[in-house]
Amino acid sequence: MTEQRTHAVLGLRSPLTPEQTASRARRFGAVYYAEHWLRRMRGYGVTVLVTAVGTPLVYLFGMGIGLASLVDTGTNAAFETGNGNSVSYLMFVAPALLATAAIMVSSEENTYTVMSGFKWRRTYYGPNASPLSSGQLVDGHVLGLGVRLLITCGAYFAFLLLFGAAGNPATAWLMIFTAILGGLAFGLPLMAYSASITEDRGQFAMVQRFIVMPLFLFSGTFFPLDTLPMIIRWIGWISPLWHATELGRLFSYGLAEPAALTVVHVAYLLVLAAGGWLLARRTFTRRLGK
Amino acid sequence: MSPGTLHYDCRVPQITTSKTPAVRGFQGPVIAASNLTKSYGDFTAVDGISFEVPAGESFGLLGPNGAGKSTTMKMIGGVSRRTSGDLAIMGLDPNTNGPEVRAHLGVVPQQDNLDEELRVRDNLLAYGRYFGLPKSYLQPKADELLEFAQLTDKAKARVDDLSGGMKRRLTIARSLISDPQILLLDEPTTGLDPQARHILWDRLFRLKEAGVTLILTTHYMDEAEQLCDRLIVVDKGTIMAEGSPSALIRTHSSREVVELRFGSERNTTVAAELEGIGERIETLPDRVLIYANDGEAALEAVSARGLRPITSLVRRSSLEDVFLRLTGRSLVD
Amino acid sequence: MSTGQRSGGTLSAQDAVDSNSPGQAGSRFLGSLYARNIRAVFARGLKATWGTNWSIMISGFVEPVLYLIAMGIGLGALIGTVTGPGGEQISYAAYIAPALLAVSAMNGAVYDSTMNVFFKLNYAKLYEGMLATSLGPLDVALGEILLALLRGAMYATGFTAVMAAMGLVTSPVALLMIPAAVVVAFGFASFGMAITSYMKTFQQLDWVNFVMLPMFLFSATFYPLSVYPQAVQWIIQALPLWHGVEMLRQISAGAFSIATAGHLLYFVVMIAIGLIVTTRRLEALFQK
Repeated sequence: MTEQRTHAVLGLRSPLTPEQTASRARRFGAVYYAEHWLRRMRGYGVTVLVTAVGTPLVYLFGMGIGLASLVDTGTNAAFETGNGNSVSYLMFVAPALLATAAIMVSSEENTYTVMSGFKWRRTYYGPNASPLSSGQLVDGHVLGLGVRLLITCGAYFAFLLLFGAAGNPATAWLMIFTAILGGLAFGLPLMAYSASITEDRGQFAMVQRFIVMPLFLFSGTFFPLDTLPMIIRWIGWISPLWHATELGRLFSYGLAEPAALTVVHVAYLLVLAAGGWLLARRTFTRRLGK
Repeated sequence: MSPGTLHYDCRVPQITTSKTPAVRGFQGPVIAASNLTKSYGDFTAVDGISFEVPAGESFGLLGPNGAGKSTTMKMIGGVSRRTSGDLAIMGLDPNTNGPEVRAHLGVVPQQDNLDEELRVRDNLLAYGRYFGLPKSYLQPKADELLEFAQLTDKAKARVDDLSGGMKRRLTIARSLISDPQILLLDEPTTGLDPQARHILWDRLFRLKEAGVTLILTTHYMDEAEQLCDRLIVVDKGTIMAEGSPSALIRTHSSREVVELRFGSERNTTVAAELEGIGERIETLPDRVLIYANDGEAALEAVSARGLRPITSLVRRSSLEDVFLRLTGRSLVD
Repeated sequence: MSTGQRSGGTLSAQDAVDSNSPGQAGSRFLGSLYARNIRAVFARGLKATWGTNWSIMISGFVEPVLYLIAMGIGLGALIGTVTGPGGEQISYAAYIAPALLAVSAMNGAVYDSTMNVFFKLNYAKLYEGMLATSLGPLDVALGEILLALLRGAMYATGFTAVMAAMGLVTSPVALLMIPAAVVVAFGFASFGMAITSYMKTFQQLDWVNFVMLPMFLFSATFYPLSVYPQAVQWIIQALPLWHGVEMLRQISAGAFSIATAGHLLYFVVMIAIGLIVTTRRLEALFQK
């Protein structure tokens, strides 16, 4: 037998009683899990950083400048703001690119990451045995995701400023938050769906192809929604990306729209985010047995 | 008297802290289950079992795969709601006081669920944070546990690069990060090689000596004999027997067993000719078992009848025999 | 790449010993690298694909079609006409359609040869099992790539049909886009598989996307290369997708030149390098 002669002694006692531990977990459990969520992200920090910096650069050069050269010469009528002014193509796509970035990050963090927490890596089962509740895992995930979205959108916004694509600086920074809201409105229902998957049959590829892609392309991202024929314009109306983008355009260059429509944008995004959140909590609770 | 100590052959360490188990002021059993039942649709995984575990005891659930052991453990661990019956951990109902119950427990699940995105030591720190424990405690505690789990030199390794035994020890270390007084171990050594199992048993034995209440499931009788003060034999969701390993063997089996192999063709036919030797004869597909208080004498009686087994073996009765007696089936198939 | 070629001469004698099917293997061309049984790998893949996720396989061609509709109609309304490869004015949809076909050939091939292969390599341990039989690494590599190409050919055909429905296929010669797209896919698949064989974690796969995204946007897909300064143009022209886009665009317009052959040659070299490296790597990983 390969016994070691040095005997480890478990002398260190916990500074908290189980009762104290439980009451802390009840109050701050979501924060504790968010902490883990972000710690885990450090493991691929380089990826996060390169995505956060590289994506805006690539899109702004590609779409904002490259494509703009074609669009701005092709269209004599520049992009109407609705109140007599017009803006460049770069200015027009910038809020859409920002909101797209939020949705891309959100869909990345709410698909395989969530599913594998139940299936392959089973990362939810560890914390599930701790004092944390199932709902707190969801809350912590949302909190961590919020932080990552803030980093991504903040960096993106800095690039928009750099490219002169941010519009009115007094209100344009609010785009960061409308984009985050868009990311959550898209990501949280997706999270609930991912948590319900028990068998990987390539559902995420289908989500990517039949939901993310059409939303990305038909949400007034690269051209105003009303240049599309009526039969596909509804895709934009139901798309969180369109709502988030229009809000961004409002804050960036003062796109004129009825106040009621602005309320609809915000309300729609809030309802999707909150609904997805609640649904995710229910699914987590069901699958984790609590 | 713990039969574990009888078999235990290594230098027993003196662990300095003596503990007063249980919640301050709580006097009752650490775990009390009464008529505990769990059904999934038509299938009843746990069918009305009752037991109590006093503080400091090492308590085992022995049974084959699918007996309902893991389901019971999940209910105790506060991660699965019971269908009916009563359950209290430290006097708390896990259905209503989940966080409080789980704050008392260290849990080693059947399937390791370490965080592969974090390094070995970070796994301990991250887990400790779920209990709201401060870094000033977690840092030295993590080092202490790595030492305990013999993983100090792996502190910065990736979880992926650990062997099965190391992962298991890390899972046990992780379960101890909150300094729990109750440890739930679901099949702690299943799938490990013999040496890795012995190292693990040693670690668990030290915890037991330090006063930690151990609840473990196993389908290895040697494990149950080594570690458990008392155990219940579970099959198809119900309790078949209860007692210390030695008492169970005394009650349900003879002192010794003779194992005879006549070749798979002949075992059944020979069994009839063995009639009358020992207290009882059990015929299995691959061998015939004779239960007797004096095994050597029984073996001589077999030879006296002119029967020549291919192999013969006299051994002491084990929990395997108890299980065979109670259910008519082998424990490990 | 150079390692593959460098060790090329020393393989046969030693490998014949390592191989599970010695005998005549050593004397044959490529020795133990190749057991002339691509079919086994191909057939397994076909069965696995059609058994589990045929819907995904079929839906794969939807993505470029969506791009074509969105950009061609939506953006096309803003842009009007652009200058085609032959110098004539063509609609914006006609301009981007062959480029999107090249992109979809790339995407499909890269997905199949990175994500998919990575999973089989590291998690499902599929190749380990295959190489424990008489199959050689080249059989496995070619079998997998062939599977990717079949898929690529299906997508290309589907996409070309959509183009035709939109009135964007104007001559029979344009149908040559289908085999050309398969060549593009072959290049990316063999090269992608070679790169994947060096990867250790899922995160490293993200780097593939970091390369794909700018390549997709910058390779004259949506607007001509001339918007960039000369130095940037050279970089883009060194990357494979630009060659794929240009080749398909020329075929689509029927505007062939010596450049068309140059683009084709680019892919032939890419295929060869990819296959050599992949084979060497699979051998190094599993036949120690």
